[in-house]
Amino acid sequence: MNTARRVMQVEQTLEWQIATVAAIKRETPTVKSLTLALPARRRNRAGQHYDIRLTAEDGYQAQRSYSIASAPEQAESIELTVERLADGEVSTYLHDVLVVGDQLEVRGPIGGYFVWEAQMGGPLFLVGGGSGVVPLMAMLRHRAAVGAHIPARLLYSARSPQEVIYGAELEALQAARTGLDVVYTFTRTRPQDWTGYARRIDRQMLEEVLTPFGLAARSFICGPTLLVESVADSMVQLGVAADRIRTERFGPTGGAG
Amino acid sequence: MIGEGQADVSRTLVLDGNAVGGLLQDIFEADMTASPTMCAHCGREGHIGNLLAFTHAPGVVLRCPGCEQVVLRIVVTPDATYLDARGAVFLRLKR
Repeated sequence: MNTARRVMQVEQTLEWQIATVAAIKRETPTVKSLTLALPARRRNRAGQHYDIRLTAEDGYQAQRSYSIASAPEQAESIELTVERLADGEVSTYLHDVLVVGDQLEVRGPIGGYFVWEAQMGGPLFLVGGGSGVVPLMAMLRHRAAVGAHIPARLLYSARSPQEVIYGAELEALQAARTGLDVVYTFTRTRPQDWTGYARRIDRQMLEEVLTPFGLAARSFICGPTLLVESVADSMVQLGVAADRIRTERFGPTGGAG
Repeated sequence: MIGEGQADVSRTLVLDGNAVGGLLQDIFEADMTASPTMCAHCGREGHIGNLLAFTHAPGVVLRCPGCEQVVLRIVVTPDATYLDARGAVFLRLKR
């Protein structure tokens, strides 16, 4: 085995490490972002995730995957955005117990399928359902961090405006006029003067939002399984090549809790 | 999309191969989510990241998103990892 190969393998080995919680930000009533300082931070790619492992005093372990929300360009730390699930044994701990200064066992970055980097080009079409927007936000933050003007469009389905994650930052990114636009659809509660979409994403909505943008876009869909599969199917029916579509499914017990 | 009548699994509980990326990387020492594979039951080609993943069990089961048959099963015990890959025509490890 030559040296180059050995080095590559070392880089691929995943080690559990102890991260320190540097900051906690409340995004919505049920969503928090955790900034983690890592002793051995490896550069991540937008769309990847970290595994978090909790160990109880009796040795019982629970492990979940959480998408990285921060741009790869963010130095020193990573940000993971976590939705609190009522029956989630990991997310409830992260929301209700964890405070700044606590330590967490993590490993990553993980994944190479649901990944976008500016050099892959665009246009970039992103579809997010609920907290499925998290890895898509990493892509948009990466796009902004490298100053890319690749046309990008985010179709974001949320139950209500109060449940939109990163709303102010998305507004600022749009206002920067770099070729990003964000289209919302609210499936449960909408603002009083709302004239935009107020239903689940369907084929007609995709036809209106995606077709003028371009069917050749690189597409990333992340959200609950049923949303991901119905959006991907509709896009293929509209004429998008299946190999331009990448998907990531969050269960309703989202990242499984 | 979902095979009518043959769906014996609840899609609402499903994650996908992306969520199992860490476990696969433990075994293969490489990212496998972007690796292509082929279902031995229906011949569908796709990426491991897009397989359906069932993780609410002692082991992990990855199924074909087309025919829902089992492609990979992984069980980790205290002293060994078992990988049943008979549902995959091939796995591809990048050199």
